[in-house]
Amino acid sequence: MLAFKEYQVIGRRLPTESVPEPKLFRMRVFAPNEVVAKSRYWYFLQKLHKVKRSSGEIVSVNVISEAHPTKVKNFGVWVRYDSRSGTHNMYKEIRDVTRVGAVESLYQDMAARHRARFRSIHILKVVELEKTADVKRPYIKQFLTKDLKFPLPHRIQKSSSIFAYKRPSTFY
Amino acid sequence: MSTDSSVKASNWRLVEVGRVVLVKKGPSSGKLAAIVEIIDNKRVLIDGPETGVPRQAFSLGHVVLTPLTFDLPRGSRTSTVSKKWIASNVTEKWTSSSWAKKIAQLERRSALTDFERFQVMVLRKQKRYAVKKAIAKA
Repeated sequence: MLAFKEYQVIGRRLPTESVPEPKLFRMRVFAPNEVVAKSRYWYFLQKLHKVKRSSGEIVSVNVISEAHPTKVKNFGVWVRYDSRSGTHNMYKEIRDVTRVGAVESLYQDMAARHRARFRSIHILKVVELEKTADVKRPYIKQFLTKDLKFPLPHRIQKSSSIFAYKRPSTFY
Repeated sequence: MSTDSSVKASNWRLVEVGRVVLVKKGPSSGKLAAIVEIIDNKRVLIDGPETGVPRQAFSLGHVVLTPLTFDLPRGSRTSTVSKKWIASNVTEKWTSSSWAKKIAQLERRSALTDFERFQVMVLRKQKRYAVKKAIAKA
């Protein structure tokens, strides 16, 4: 699994004599490393504005780290992805402690449910849902009930030895 | 044979806020921590200020639930966890449990030197002899 980071990439068109100070474009990109982050930046910027890598430059790239990495949050994620037959927009909710972690599990989820790879997924927006009333999806709502508790009824205790003198008990 | 049977749910240990867990993997392996918040069905936020486990998201697969629980508000900060942990004597309850004693014994045994292992063997022989003697008499 790719370990993602959130990058802030700032770039602009190359300055010319007529436009000595071109407009800066800032983008928050989720990528495994800086190289991919810059690549994704140009990919998205080409779609949004008339700027290309050959006619532009990257001003700065830096990592955005999570402000509160031990607070559990609910994230709403807007996604656009190419399936085998077309392009779809999608809204998903993810419960995690970091934005990066949420995006990581989103890519896993998209791969699992829709066989979508990194290259065919655009993350449009990641938003923290601060009010529980804003949570729409039942699979996240179920974790927001008061005094939530559940058992782990079936577990297989992993043993490092090859042979066991009795069958494993799955009661837990 | 009666036809009606009563089905009773098992007395499972529950994943809940305030449940004490034993960490089984990672750098904090072997230490106790408390569940502070449930992230989803497979992950929880744990914190163990009294045992040196940093507050972190943790997979339930890498943790064992203990029978111990204590009162804890959802998502409490580390200092609150520490206070409530001490107030409910979790560490004392844990060290007096047979599970903790077994772990301590296991650790002691694996740290023995060759001579100490020999001493254990002799002591076990003596114990066995005394027990057998008492049984033969009875």
